[in-house]
Amino acid sequence: MALDPEDVRRAAHLARLGLDDDEAAGYVQDLSRILDMADRLQAVDTEHVAPLAHSLDTTQRLRADEVTEPNQRERFQRCAPAVEDGLYLVPRVVE
Amino acid sequence: MHDKTLSELATALAAGEFSSRELTEHYLERIQRLDGELNSFITVTAEQALASADAADAARARGNVGALNGLPLALKDLFCTRGVRTSCGSRMLDNFESPYDATVVERLAAAGALSLGKTNMDEFAMGSSNENSYYGPVKNPWDLAAVPGGSSGGSAAAVAAGLVPAALGTDTGGSIRQPAAFCGITGLKPTYGRVSRYGMVAYASSLDQAGPMAYSAEDCALLLEAIAGHDPRDSTSVARGVPNYRDELSASLSGLRIGLPREYFGEGLDPGVESAIREAIKVYEGLGASVQEVSLPHTDLAIPAYYVIAPAEASSNLSRFDGVRFGHRCENPSDLIDLYKRSRAEGFGTEVKRRILMGTHTLSEGFFDAYYKKAQQVRRLIRQDFLDAFEEVDVLMGPAAPTPAFDLGAKKDPLSMYLQDVYTIAINLAGIPGISVPAGFVGRRPTGLQILGPHFSEQHLLNVAHQFQQATDWHRRRPAFGEENS
Amino acid sequence: MQWETVIGLEVHVQLSTQSKIFSGASTAFGAEPNTQACAVDLGLPGVLPVLNENAVSMAVQFGLGINAEIPEVSVFDRKNYFYPDLPKGYQTSQMYHPIVGPGEVEISLEDGSTKRVRVHHAHLEEDAGKSLHEDYHGMTGVDLNRAGTPLLEIVSEPDMRSAKEAVAYLRAIHAIVTYLGISDGNMAEGSMRCDVNVSVRPAGQAAFGTRAEIKNVNSFRFVERAIAFEVERQIELIEDGGQVTQETRLYDPEADETRSMRTKEEANDYRYFPCPDLLPVVLDKAYVDHLRDNLPELPAEKRARFESELGLSAYDAGVLSSSRAMADYFEAVKDVCGDAKLAANWVQGELSGQLNREGRDIADSPVTAAQLGGLVLRVRDETINGKAAKQVFAALWNGEGASADEIIEAKGLRQVTDTGAIEAMIDQVIADSPVQVAQYREASEDKRGKMIGYFVGQVMKASRGTANPQQVNALLKQKLDRA
Repeated sequence: MALDPEDVRRAAHLARLGLDDDEAAGYVQDLSRILDMADRLQAVDTEHVAPLAHSLDTTQRLRADEVTEPNQRERFQRCAPAVEDGLYLVPRVVE
Repeated sequence: MHDKTLSELATALAAGEFSSRELTEHYLERIQRLDGELNSFITVTAEQALASADAADAARARGNVGALNGLPLALKDLFCTRGVRTSCGSRMLDNFESPYDATVVERLAAAGALSLGKTNMDEFAMGSSNENSYYGPVKNPWDLAAVPGGSSGGSAAAVAAGLVPAALGTDTGGSIRQPAAFCGITGLKPTYGRVSRYGMVAYASSLDQAGPMAYSAEDCALLLEAIAGHDPRDSTSVARGVPNYRDELSASLSGLRIGLPREYFGEGLDPGVESAIREAIKVYEGLGASVQEVSLPHTDLAIPAYYVIAPAEASSNLSRFDGVRFGHRCENPSDLIDLYKRSRAEGFGTEVKRRILMGTHTLSEGFFDAYYKKAQQVRRLIRQDFLDAFEEVDVLMGPAAPTPAFDLGAKKDPLSMYLQDVYTIAINLAGIPGISVPAGFVGRRPTGLQILGPHFSEQHLLNVAHQFQQATDWHRRRPAFGEENS
Repeated sequence: MQWETVIGLEVHVQLSTQSKIFSGASTAFGAEPNTQACAVDLGLPGVLPVLNENAVSMAVQFGLGINAEIPEVSVFDRKNYFYPDLPKGYQTSQMYHPIVGPGEVEISLEDGSTKRVRVHHAHLEEDAGKSLHEDYHGMTGVDLNRAGTPLLEIVSEPDMRSAKEAVAYLRAIHAIVTYLGISDGNMAEGSMRCDVNVSVRPAGQAAFGTRAEIKNVNSFRFVERAIAFEVERQIELIEDGGQVTQETRLYDPEADETRSMRTKEEANDYRYFPCPDLLPVVLDKAYVDHLRDNLPELPAEKRARFESELGLSAYDAGVLSSSRAMADYFEAVKDVCGDAKLAANWVQGELSGQLNREGRDIADSPVTAAQLGGLVLRVRDETINGKAAKQVFAALWNGEGASADEIIEAKGLRQVTDTGAIEAMIDQVIADSPVQVAQYREASEDKRGKMIGYFVGQVMKASRGTANPQQVNALLKQKLDRA
């Protein structure tokens, strides 16, 4: 399935990826070809096939409801680009 | 020292032939001298390595040490290591020092192993040549004009060049097995769920699996024993006992039923690779195995299914890199959207962006059923192919990659790069284990035999690989790289 | 034109687990920013979620509490979008296979009637963090302590037809979750929040009108007012020839109005897909049966039992079962005093009145259930009369004594039932009131009834309120009528 530039712009926006026009044009081409390849899937009859999300047929294990994680704010925020008063800072969020 | 396998080094350390410090210094010296050319390490942690070596030597003096005590290893740079940069080969994480250790890192440390550093890789494990790294490509020590394969290219090249006796890699679509084949070493991708993924930066969560890369199957067994097993921090890790993987290495292969998937010997397979693989099969016949042809009818759908599923998962997994809590953040963002878009545009490389866009597109409204759901259905068919085949045979064998290592810069087109994984990708979709063992050369470049087994058959796969290595010496060959001055 | 309002609610209930839904960090409220955000909550590279068994159990208990289907398999999905309070860039939720299937909730309306509201499903998900909009050099601060707190989102069918019904439904949900002990239901702390879908249509029309969604309303009162405003807005809009647009609106309690949330961008596309880090949750029958067998009594059952076993009126039973705190209090009072009707009267009368006057919740009543029970017991066994009882209650409320008995003794409020003592007081009153006695005796029989009140008052006064009023009355009548 061929993509048009609008599809790529839309995906880039949803994925919050800044793209310039040249890059976008390149991705339109690449992704169209990858999707063409992916379209080979359409030839298979899967009407009675259940989707497989995990290769093993196992089920979710549950964790006991216990507090096991101590406060490690200082360590975790050492790798943060901008913090103040223990808060992560981001450009103003307008509600 | 560096011509010894990991198992031999373990024996030598135990016998007191040399200390862990001496061994570690030896490898650090080689890295310093040779890695400028190879570029297999992103970060070398010499100081910590020597401190750990001293601690291991002291522990040995006190007795009662772990199976890997004092052995130097290297870690693909997507295993989180506390206080050490964990870059994933990306500018996005160039400044990221992980505040915690991955479970496998903890387990290796508990077994007494030490880390020489973090190895180069395709950015976020997306690639088959190690050319998609922010830190530059890695060269193949067998032929510096060739790629080492990817995405665990740094680990494979470092081991092959004798800069470290073994390393951990990860395999989402062939990223352990293909570089192992390209670099002439042994690489095992365990069953999905066998090894904890906690602390392994995710590419495609339902496919990613960590595994050992070393000279021999015996070495892989030693390492797998240390890292395998249930982890309460990983819901997808399987609560199932870990056997002693070395116990059955010497078992006879008499009566072994080998299946050769017809689809793995078709068009696109390099004749040199094919003849090496056919020779290897003959070795097995000599060991008492029987060989029959089998079919994995949905093989040609593995790449399309993979390139829907893996990018979809990746597009979501990589959303956390937003410039807020860790990682690259653009200068002076004007607003929130600008912060996100610029940080991510600057932090991610071309292939990562390509897969994020691909995954975002196929998950979006109107496309989900046609692509994602369809790929998941096909995934079931692909797994069924293997389950059916293992009704008839014990193991499957074939090439790990269609060609030997290709030249750096040879594959500029993403699709032709994707086709590199034609024999490895279905294995991840099915979740079964696979091992690549050195099986000869095409010219100067190594080639690998891939052996596949049913879920949780690692012990048997290692036995089958080990018996081959008892009968051949491909895994003992070392490149000439670096030897002229040593 | 007659308009009909159609309302559906999405209620987000914070489950009262100790730790988060996918991590071992604490869920306690009010900690210093980001001190309860662990590696998993922060979405650090490489971390993975593991599901909290208590969150699952609580969700299933809720499902059983509304007689819902509990599907054997439920699945977590990722809802993908970028926002600073959403650390991973996706919220782990349940889109396609929720843990609780269709059920229903019975609501009580003001006229005493009941109505069933269908619940479409309820699903588990993780809460987001909080953006703090104080000014940090022109930046916003993000606190991720709340990120990963388990939420149960309860989605109703559009079955409500008025703001009052919506509030009744919300109260019923509140009662169920607090009865089950799966949430503290504290709306002020955000433990219960709701999104309200409102539309209007001409009465009699089958098709729904276009709805607006009012986000994040966090009190019963605001739900009522937000709906009232929104309904009026929509009707005016349509009657003026306009059209309702499907949009998200925000209720501003200060202005008492809803307003359109500025659409920051084009419609979102959440790209839901099954979370590959979590496996399907499979609940076997034995597990569900075990939870069912151990469910506490729920509001509807309690109401029925209060009527049938305790003989309370439908109204009383409804009021007393409306919250677990109220019901527990009432039952404790009843158990101590041994008289359900008397207990009901005191809890709904004196106690509720005083609580309302002081704007307190029954959970922090200064008079404990044991104390009130002790008081009612003394009313019941006629140790004190009604008037003295009110004095005792006031004293308990003000903390003047540990128990009713203690206060009765200290204040000498024990009822005098000794006929001799009462007769002596009556004789004294009669002797002191010759004019009134003469008037009484001259009056006709039908007027005497009123006039006797004076004498009763005098006798009660003389006894400092402790004489048994019925006895006083009877004896007075005898003595005055004798001559």
